[in-house]
Amino acid sequence: MPAPEKLLEVKDLSVHFGRGRKKFVAVHKVNFDIFKGETLGLVGESGSGKTTIGRAIVRINPTTDGQILFKGRCISGRIARELDREVTQKIQMIFQDPMASLNERAKVDYIVSEGLYNTKNYTCEEERKEKVTKALLSVGLLPEFATRFPHEFSGGQRQRIGVARSLVMNPELIIADEPISALDVSIRAQVINLMNQLKKDLGLTYLFIAHDLSVVRFISDRVAVIHLGQIVELADTEELYENPVHPYTKGLLSAIPVPNPRVERKRQIHAYDPSMHKYAENPPKWMEIAPRHFVLANEEEMEGYRQNYNHHAKDAI
Amino acid sequence: MSKTIEQLRQEYGTREKILTIEDLVVKFSLRGEELTAIRQASLDVYKGESLCIVGESGSGKSVLTKSFMGMLDNNGWIDSGSVLYKEEDLAAYRFERQWMQIRGKEIAMIFQDPMTSLNPLRSVGSQIKEAVELHQDLRGEAAREAVYEILENVGIADPVRRYRQYPFEFSGGMRQRVVIAIAMACKPQILVCDEPTTALDVTIQAQILQLLDKLQKMYDLTVIYITHDLGVVAHVADRVAVMYAGDIIEVGLSEEVFYNPQHPYTMNLLSSLPQLGEKGKDLYAIKGTPPNLFKEIHGDAFAPRNSLALKVDFVHRPPYFTVSPTHKAKTWLLDPRAPKVELPSAIKQLRSKWGDDIVAGS
Repeated sequence: MPAPEKLLEVKDLSVHFGRGRKKFVAVHKVNFDIFKGETLGLVGESGSGKTTIGRAIVRINPTTDGQILFKGRCISGRIARELDREVTQKIQMIFQDPMASLNERAKVDYIVSEGLYNTKNYTCEEERKEKVTKALLSVGLLPEFATRFPHEFSGGQRQRIGVARSLVMNPELIIADEPISALDVSIRAQVINLMNQLKKDLGLTYLFIAHDLSVVRFISDRVAVIHLGQIVELADTEELYENPVHPYTKGLLSAIPVPNPRVERKRQIHAYDPSMHKYAENPPKWMEIAPRHFVLANEEEMEGYRQNYNHHAKDAI
Repeated sequence: MSKTIEQLRQEYGTREKILTIEDLVVKFSLRGEELTAIRQASLDVYKGESLCIVGESGSGKSVLTKSFMGMLDNNGWIDSGSVLYKEEDLAAYRFERQWMQIRGKEIAMIFQDPMTSLNPLRSVGSQIKEAVELHQDLRGEAAREAVYEILENVGIADPVRRYRQYPFEFSGGMRQRVVIAIAMACKPQILVCDEPTTALDVTIQAQILQLLDKLQKMYDLTVIYITHDLGVVAHVADRVAVMYAGDIIEVGLSEEVFYNPQHPYTMNLLSSLPQLGEKGKDLYAIKGTPPNLFKEIHGDAFAPRNSLALKVDFVHRPPYFTVSPTHKAKTWLLDPRAPKVELPSAIKQLRSKWGDDIVAGS
């Protein structure tokens, strides 16, 4: 099997807000790659910096340090106008709350084609209409919906409009920032299926940002866990859920409620206490514990993790 | 060791009812039209239990609880039916001063977003003290002491310092604890929690659920949770009531509803959970949208979205069919004349692994 193509590389990315005494470190030296055609899940609690990473990639938040490479070209910091235009088109975003992210006063036709107007990548009015129709059809909406306003739609349909307006740009990478957190259970399933379908049909790549770990498990190929601006663990989805190594990941996984009363009542929660790390004298490094399974740890901890991990893996066999 | 299903069923036979809702109809007038939000819903609430009401947004779960707290919006009213609480019919209440005897004192409520239910301009302590003064008749130093005690009870350390602080100085989870403290200061019999953890992180969510559980035991509270997170339901519920289009279509012990769902809507809701889905395949998605409540609904409200719908579902509204002494559902599928239906595979798996005894017992 040939090595999968890296679509996006994030290298030592740091994002700080404010300066001097008011400085706030939102993201601290984060490294990860997104391969073409995969879904990378990014999970963490609120305030952990997961949205900031997403926004840094689409160039909304300026980066303080480090690099973001898209198809091998640097897209962070100051870049050429041409590249900027290309990036705005190729990387699109889907937002959390479809009730808030759609312009109430605009018709669907305008909402979906706003990106087209901004980049002017259509030659005539017919072509624009055609693109809008195609985008609406691909998310399972009817073309005649274009003349309606957002308030005429249900939550699930609104989120489809949100997806349609990013698809119309013909993107390669979609950053989905909590796209289903604001939706009802039954509608969630529709949107998850739609995203998976589009991934297959159009060969899209997703960065899926969420705090709901059960949804992330279902949709992602690989998962990165972020805590206070640092990625603490990254692995293939099943590997991460079966053999979590970092104590924070363990704590997070143990806190997911399961829709099964007899299991749920017996569930034990492992609390995570960051003071257990002695990083002041022995700073952590990004290390590989098993193939494609990375964890943030210092040498001392790594030893313990390794023993535990091998022990666990033996049990599994 | 947890109790067997038979023990649980027997225990419920001896429990005392604290609240009885019967054939409740709640209507709203909107833009000159009448909307029926609750359509003849009936529900018993037992003393000391935790009951979860689940359903999509717009199914009427919040309206149902607001109707027995006198908190319906001005354009809404109870059209018919009764709500019995301590031998009083709350549905007949007309005046605010009548509700004042119930709201807070007997039935208290906590809301989803703690930031919107606290006053940002007043210190946390004074907001709790207000409730203490009103409901426990304490003044001055005594009231202050009572607030300190409540703060400790809800897990806020250093209450003397925290008393003087403002809501913005608290994190989301801590704010929710303050909201719970205000509700508990009223010493209620029933606590209604409307999506208490939806705005919180999973780790914080676990802590808040733990706290509610502790308070429930401490004060012998009856807790009604409104939520759409079935994971939370599985964690806290003794009993589950499923709402759809303003009606309670299925109600039963938590085990019964999860391992032996009878109404097609309940089955579909469970099948659409990503936890029960198979990776790489499509998740089960419920087709269509909930019915328009401005129009009168004939038959089973879920029938148009139901792939298993029978002809009778479109004509006659199903009554409750009893599955076990504690489990009933409104679906014609339970009629002896109805054809046998196959359970969705996800639920079959869940049952065969965890809940075989539920079916065997009934």
